[in-house]
Amino acid sequence: MVAVRALIVVALIAVGCFFLTVGTVGLLRFPNVYNRMHATSKPTTLGTAAVFLAGFAHFGPGGAGLPSLLGILFLFLTVPTGAHMISRAAQRTGIPFQDTVTWPGRPDVRTQGKSGVTPGFDVEDRGGDGEREKGSDRERGPRDRGRTSGRGGDGDGDSGA
Amino acid sequence: MIEVVAEPGGGLVGAAATAALILVSGLCVLCSYRAVRGPTVPDRVVGLDAVATNVVAIAVLFALKTDRGLFVTVSLVLAIIGFLSTVAVAKFVTEGDVIERQE
Repeated sequence: MVAVRALIVVALIAVGCFFLTVGTVGLLRFPNVYNRMHATSKPTTLGTAAVFLAGFAHFGPGGAGLPSLLGILFLFLTVPTGAHMISRAAQRTGIPFQDTVTWPGRPDVRTQGKSGVTPGFDVEDRGGDGEREKGSDRERGPRDRGRTSGRGGDGDGDSGA
Repeated sequence: MIEVVAEPGGGLVGAAATAALILVSGLCVLCSYRAVRGPTVPDRVVGLDAVATNVVAIAVLFALKTDRGLFVTVSLVLAIIGFLSTVAVAKFVTEGDVIERQE
């Protein structure tokens, strides 16, 4: 019985290490922010959940096993939320998609090349208030960089009106 | 290697947990490469998020290695801290402020 439990724990640790390695390789090798986020969120969650399951199988349901299951639930709730927040931040700071990827629902809008920001995106999606008066210099650092590169094409979308 | 055998959670589980600890620590170093050399700011945030998730796994593996169930709770606390820091940094990058006031 003890040997079977030890074998299960070792197998779950091996599965967790495999998925964590896959996530790290994807983080290092994928070409874009969105691809890297895809690579880190899903396999890393699976690997950590497998390690948590190893903890549940080792400690049993009495002592520290229930916090392990709670950790799995917490990871499955929080990691997609964090990835969504980072991807929204990346899209609003004007990081372009891959070459043929468009925003869903708006097939005509497409990012161009390397330095292109999506025209009128960040102003439109912020809910109408374009410029904030309390913003520091750090607030409009990356957005301004993207906006100056795309200013020649669309000068009318900046004021948020 | 002598300490590995002499640990309370020694044997097969302890050895596997030790090997996994070494591997996941190396993965943290590789993820910190993306956090340091990322081309954009969300790249760094993604790298730090991956490091945080790896540290959660490290805490559980340490609980398995030393046979102390308290460190599973430590991993829960680390998961909460990682989630909060990821959301705070993402909001700070986007909005310029963590909590925005409605005026």
